[in-house]
Amino acid sequence: MSDHSTHHGHDHGHDAGAPHGSLKDYTIGFVLSVILTAIPFWLVMAKVLPSNWTGYILLAFAGVQVVVHMIYFLHMSTKAEHGWSMMTMIFTLIVLVIMMAGSIWVMYHMNANMMPGMDTDAVHGTHDMP
Amino acid sequence: MSEFTASNQAEAGNVAGDASRYYVTEHHPENGTLLGFWMYLMSDCLIFACLFATYAVLGRNYAGGPSGAELFDLPLVALNTAFLLFSSITYGFAMLAAHRKAVKNALLWLAVTGLLGACFLGLEIYEFMHLIHEGAGPARSGFLTSFFALVGTHGLHVTFGIVWLVTLMVQVGKHGMTVENLRRLTCLSMFWHFLDVIWIGVFTFVYLMGTLP
Repeated sequence: MSDHSTHHGHDHGHDAGAPHGSLKDYTIGFVLSVILTAIPFWLVMAKVLPSNWTGYILLAFAGVQVVVHMIYFLHMSTKAEHGWSMMTMIFTLIVLVIMMAGSIWVMYHMNANMMPGMDTDAVHGTHDMP
Repeated sequence: MSEFTASNQAEAGNVAGDASRYYVTEHHPENGTLLGFWMYLMSDCLIFACLFATYAVLGRNYAGGPSGAELFDLPLVALNTAFLLFSSITYGFAMLAAHRKAVKNALLWLAVTGLLGACFLGLEIYEFMHLIHEGAGPARSGFLTSFFALVGTHGLHVTFGIVWLVTLMVQVGKHGMTVENLRRLTCLSMFWHFLDVIWIGVFTFVYLMGTLP
């Protein structure tokens, strides 16, 4: 507890104490992002690969680029804010994955079962029922 | 405990820009603003996740209207992406200048960032107007509704980011690079880079994957 009080005065003494990057960090992040952006655009615009592969490759590139931005631009690390930044992000990711995967899964099946083709089956089903 | 005393000594000695000091200062309990702002960004992330999920569900429901492959102008999107990516690194330069207390330099880079943001916004508004003019407005199909909702929300964030940026430029110009202003600039930097992260999702998931058959 005493740490807290002795350090409070310091917070105003110098910069906000946030982890901030160096010129090197920003340059590495920028060069990587340019490469990771250019390749997906090239893949789609030049129609290099069959489209069913391209989708997954695009998602993979986006995932890597998000991590690059997090590390080099947002200065994300396990140490930032005593690890609380990382904890809140992991929590967000869990909620996000449940919500995204759940919505897409449920809605896909809703769509599939509402198809006009399925209608006749349902009618048959009710006819056979009694 | 020993880490805290080490940071005390380092600060008392006014050792600036030392790599070892940088790691030590990270440990001490600081003002909660940045963590709080990070949590705001995470909740904002959930808003975008909802919009992405909506697009994932409705993105192919064309209702007999135009598809993404017919509407999207990829060179334009590439240019927009470049604007946002460049604005990210220019904001990085502004933050580096701000930490050096180089006020003029920081203001210059902030101005460049704002200008790039405005270019991004201008192109996006042009794209929206063009789509609506072609009859592909948000009311045309489920695909276009979810498209306008997602990309429009991102654009709205960029708009408020620019308003915030101009406000901070005035503040910094008036009061200099005070601790408070530096903290505000750090928050805006997180906001700005976060918007760039969202844009990665938008150009990949909406524009590039939407163009695929």
